[in-house]
Amino acid sequence: MYDATLSQALYGVSYGLLLFMLAAGLTLIFSMMGVLNFAHASFYMLGAYFAYQLSLWLGFWPALVAAPVLLFIIGALVERWGLRRVHKWGHVPELLFTFGLSYIIVELVQVIWGRAAVAYRVPDELDGPVAWLQQMGITFPQYRMFMMAVAIGMLASIWLVLTRTRIGLVIQAALTHPQQVEALGHNVPQVFMLVFGGGSALAGLAGVVGGNAFVTEPAMAGTVGAIVFVVIVVGGMGSLVGAFIAALLIGLLENFGKASDFTGLKLLQALGVELTPDAALYPVLKLTMSQVAPVLPYLLLVVILIVRPKGLLGTRED
Amino acid sequence: MELREIRFRPLNFGRWVVWGLTALLFALLPLAFQKGFALTLMSQMGIMIIFALSYNMLLGQSGMLSFGHAVYFGLGAFFAIHAMNWIAAGRLGWPVSLLPLIGGAAGAFFGVIFGYLTTRRAGTPFAMITLGIGEMMYAASLMFPGFFGGEGGITANRTAGPPLLGIPALNFGPQVQVYALIAVWCFGCMVTMFALTQTPLGRIANAVRDNPERAEFIGYNTQRVRWLMLILSSFFAGTAGALTAINFEIVGSEFFHAARSGGVLLAAFMGGVGFFFGPILGAVVFTFFAVALSEFTKAWQLYLGAFFVLLVMFAPGGLSSLLLMNLRVMKFRKFRRLRDPYIGLILTSQVPALGSVLLIELTYHITLDTGQGPVTRLFGIPMDTSTPGPWVLAAFVLLSGMIAFLYYRRRFAECWDEIQVEIEDWIRDNPT
Repeated sequence: MYDATLSQALYGVSYGLLLFMLAAGLTLIFSMMGVLNFAHASFYMLGAYFAYQLSLWLGFWPALVAAPVLLFIIGALVERWGLRRVHKWGHVPELLFTFGLSYIIVELVQVIWGRAAVAYRVPDELDGPVAWLQQMGITFPQYRMFMMAVAIGMLASIWLVLTRTRIGLVIQAALTHPQQVEALGHNVPQVFMLVFGGGSALAGLAGVVGGNAFVTEPAMAGTVGAIVFVVIVVGGMGSLVGAFIAALLIGLLENFGKASDFTGLKLLQALGVELTPDAALYPVLKLTMSQVAPVLPYLLLVVILIVRPKGLLGTRED
Repeated sequence: MELREIRFRPLNFGRWVVWGLTALLFALLPLAFQKGFALTLMSQMGIMIIFALSYNMLLGQSGMLSFGHAVYFGLGAFFAIHAMNWIAAGRLGWPVSLLPLIGGAAGAFFGVIFGYLTTRRAGTPFAMITLGIGEMMYAASLMFPGFFGGEGGITANRTAGPPLLGIPALNFGPQVQVYALIAVWCFGCMVTMFALTQTPLGRIANAVRDNPERAEFIGYNTQRVRWLMLILSSFFAGTAGALTAINFEIVGSEFFHAARSGGVLLAAFMGGVGFFFGPILGAVVFTFFAVALSEFTKAWQLYLGAFFVLLVMFAPGGLSSLLLMNLRVMKFRKFRRLRDPYIGLILTSQVPALGSVLLIELTYHITLDTGQGPVTRLFGIPMDTSTPGPWVLAAFVLLSGMIAFLYYRRRFAECWDEIQVEIEDWIRDNPT
């Protein structure tokens, strides 16, 4: 029982970290440019498909590097030739531009790779459970461990770049005072392009490591995209730390939910109430937690909106 | 001294003419297009017009970008189809022709509940929250097969109810009667929604859209205004859902799918959210894309998406703004100068479009129609996808067309900008 719980927790944390990889890029782009990049999850999907294709040609490890680089280039091009042109018309056309882009990307992926899922597999080196956890009686795939390591390594490097390098300081300054930074002689549009490209590369990296842990299919952008938005709203718009907490919370919530067969009926039975199938709320109460699991993140969103509309660590109330 | 507001309100003749012609058009269309396919298409257009206009009450009038409007559409459809089954079973004495009222009431009821949550935030968070609520509704609809019908959906029979006005032939069996019902509801909803834009609520919604801070300063609760607008908009979305239930006699959980919420956004924005008639235009174009184009190609959504992105990039006011800007040029009698650049622009834009279509269709054929062999027919010409010939041709058409198009686009833009400057100058020098 104890081991199963720990294993569930590890699954939850690894999923939460993946969500945070996506939420981090999205938050960075949002707080810097004020643009909610609707196509972010589509870049995640592209990362997975590119990695699948490249791993057929070159193997997994070169793909791990090459796919994010490709996504960086695509992101930078999208910013330079798309977003920058739409920018003068305000935030809603910007958002709609990325929305239309996500539409096109899903369709293009279907044109190129077909409508069914592709066989993007975990590399042989990382197949199988983690040995030292196995000895403790916990079954946990090596690849999930690798995924967590990539996520943590990526976060550490973002933090180092943002706080310890010159370009990172310029980015931080451009977050709050773009005009001032421009007046000091920095090329702010180019910084925007770098940030957008960088955010897309992070989404691509998440796709490379997430695509084979889950399923690589055209619907993956839609399912993850909505959850990542929930992460950002629950964490508080623009707050990286908030997004981190919310991502882990949702990762744990979904994984524990999936594994539980607890129902409202059992709760009532424990309280000594027996219900017949024709009672008013019977269809709701008979649902198991594993059936409700897909809705849990959204229920959390609803609760947060009632209790704390600005999000866990949000500061701006708009 | 008592201040009295004196207002002169002449009979708005033009407005009566426009609405009268619209009603006439709705009545005459089935006489002109009697084929089954045309009737189906027009029925769906009528429903989409209601849905897109209700969406524009949020985006265009109150500045709320929603990604979950299908929630109210779907709930209206489900309540209507259950009501239809109750009518058939004799448990509910309600005419089929008034089912949209039940759908609308259901939509508005859930608008009260979900709207309270979603309108707590405005702007970008509102967009994200509505997306979340939409996904939640879609996932939940698969969880309760009793009400939402699970994978198969819920079916009903629209002819089972008592006939309209007691005349046995008017039982909504033939498609033309369904079209008539949709046309009447569509016209009624259009007039009501237009009237709503003229009310104080409609006006203050515009203020909340343009400057929420100032609206708060003059004493309005912006959250309350957004909520009210969302409830009203949900009513019309539910109405559209109920009409869809009558039209198709089957409702499934795909009614809540994100694609439907995205579709109405595409329709409203393509038509243009800045004008009342914009979404009507958009709904007609969108339905045409979705119903007519999907008969010819499987890649229609790709074309639709590309068209949408091009509009966002080059004409964020949508088709209606393009139309009005050209009308303005015509009004100032300067359109003759644009004629040649327009001809060049339109002709050269067809070439790269043709090239892209060729490339997309060829790629689509090799990924999705592998079972049919390497040869596909495009525009009536057989093309062998296993040889490089068609690919080289498509790439050549695309590239050469692109170069010609970019050249003509610059010439057109120069001429267009020049004319716009002249018009602006004239307006500034001759203030009315």
